[in-house]
Amino acid sequence: MRQNDGMTLIVKTVTRISVWMILLYGIYIIFHGHLSPGGGFAGGVIIALAFLNVMLAYGRKFTSDWLNIGFLHDLESASATLFLVIGILGISIGGAFLANFITKGELFALLSAGTILPLNIIIGIKVGMSLFLVAWVLAGSKTVKGE
Amino acid sequence: MILPYYIIIPLLAAFLISLIAGKKDNWAVILSVIAVSALLILSLFSFISMKEETITYSMSAWSIPYGIVLVQDALTSFILVMVSIISFTSLIFSIQYIRHLSMDWKYYSLFMLLVTGMNGVIITGDFFNLYVFMEIALFSAFALVAYGSKAEEFEAAFKYAVMGSVSSFLILAGIAVTYSATSTLTMAKVAEVLPAVDKKVIFWIGGLFIAGFGLKAAAMPFHAWLPDAHSSAPAPISSMLSGVLIKALGIYVMLRIFYNVFNAPEVFMKIFLVLGTISIIVGVFLAIGQWDMKRLLAYHSISQIGYILLGMGIATPLGILGAIFHLFNHAIFKSLLFYNAGSVEMALGTRDLRKMGNLMKLLPTTSQTSLIASLSISGIPPFNGFFSKLIIIIAALQAGLPWYAVFAIIGSLLTLASFMKVQRYGFKGETVIDSSENKIGWRMNSAMITLAVLCILTSLMVVPGIKEVTLDPVVKVIADKTEYIQLVLGGMNGN
Repeated sequence: MRQNDGMTLIVKTVTRISVWMILLYGIYIIFHGHLSPGGGFAGGVIIALAFLNVMLAYGRKFTSDWLNIGFLHDLESASATLFLVIGILGISIGGAFLANFITKGELFALLSAGTILPLNIIIGIKVGMSLFLVAWVLAGSKTVKGE
Repeated sequence: MILPYYIIIPLLAAFLISLIAGKKDNWAVILSVIAVSALLILSLFSFISMKEETITYSMSAWSIPYGIVLVQDALTSFILVMVSIISFTSLIFSIQYIRHLSMDWKYYSLFMLLVTGMNGVIITGDFFNLYVFMEIALFSAFALVAYGSKAEEFEAAFKYAVMGSVSSFLILAGIAVTYSATSTLTMAKVAEVLPAVDKKVIFWIGGLFIAGFGLKAAAMPFHAWLPDAHSSAPAPISSMLSGVLIKALGIYVMLRIFYNVFNAPEVFMKIFLVLGTISIIVGVFLAIGQWDMKRLLAYHSISQIGYILLGMGIATPLGILGAIFHLFNHAIFKSLLFYNAGSVEMALGTRDLRKMGNLMKLLPTTSQTSLIASLSISGIPPFNGFFSKLIIIIAALQAGLPWYAVFAIIGSLLTLASFMKVQRYGFKGETVIDSSENKIGWRMNSAMITLAVLCILTSLMVVPGIKEVTLDPVVKVIADKTEYIQLVLGGMNGN
């Protein structure tokens, strides 16, 4: 670990502890999207913020060693594709685009509400990765003077 | 049911491209060409087979008051065909043109998102869904305008983004007022409830929508962003923006809302007449002074949009016929002119008309197709522009609006003058240029030739017999106004 990159030791220590809690909270929000307020988008934003915290506290170099940016990029595209695949499965099984085609389960149970839970997870991944990568690209861009 | 595939195909292509394309753009080209040709076949097939039918499709199998509905009628298919033709030729043109800039798959991914957004706007029957797809199309358009990543391109994209956001805000406000007044977002339902709503609310909504969609269509007082954005984008994107984006997001939506939902109130038709006439005259005066070829073409887009608005404002079936026919024709010849400008820019490295010359020898295909396109846009028979302008002018005279007809004729003459300038200084200029920097490949040439042939072929659409199967069903959808309610809601109950 490069001690010179990023912010001070205090910030780094707090981040090291808190980042997992933030991630866990994001995952909680995603998984309970069909039961309580929140869902894929809100949870995805929280996940992106966890990664952004690491980037701010430890610097870009450490973060790119810790996370595989290329993999995150593929994950982002793959989640969008997967969303469409579920939508198309809805056409072939449920009769309309994005129609429900799996069991609806018991009301208020975690595994319920048919395809809404998998779709929420996919949206969470998509939003989390997209927001983080946007911030990543913006932070990495060099200012070039135009002619 | 094929309706959702107009959105699924380009969206899937966009994300598959970003998933499997490596450093090179080979896969991106193959995937996007497959997607766009599939859309072209689908839209042509549905336009020919549907005639006067209206098909509806409930997303997620939720019926109308709860879910989002997709609607396809003759007007939808007509605009879809237009978008597919232009996006197909633009893509073919792009392959060489964009490789000349960079070997990048991102361009194709954004291009497919632009097509997704436009197809979504065209096919949806729900106000908020329309707003979402409009944003998809706009954001990919902002990115594509800045694609060359030079300072002036960023400036144009930023200006476009600011103006686009202002118009989106106005539209969103309009949708919010609509929702609070009618408690529904489905267009057919809104149309059903509106007659019972206070008249002032309709004026308020209509004003917001005219300002919002007028900004998207770049009608005259709202035009300031267009010349910058359309002249800074790469040539195939200029042709997409000028050829179809301002029509799909601006004109088509206004036709749908003001005719099918609002039942064409007199006041708004007057506003269309006045806005259209101002756009025709001022647009062409601004165009004639330009020396930058793409800027000149961009100002002409404002002027030609004016003709379409004029036809819409006349509001007789003949006027509507002229408007939609001119809409289609303008997509074809303006895209062709932007391809010509792009190919000249690639060959000579300049867009300045004063620095061009003896292009007849250097770029024979480009200069000949540009001659055809110039004659079309100036309204010279037998090319398509002549017929659509003639129909609009006759419709204005029949409706007892002779002064508007006079302005339309003046606009057409000035268009002829400014394209004589393009031909005289640009393509037959005196500057002697010995060799071009880049060769124009067969893909770019074939895109230009296809559209040049279409410039002549589409004028056949006014021939009796062909007109009955192509333009008349489209006019019927618009002229029947709130018949739309029965067609959409009736179809729902049938299923």
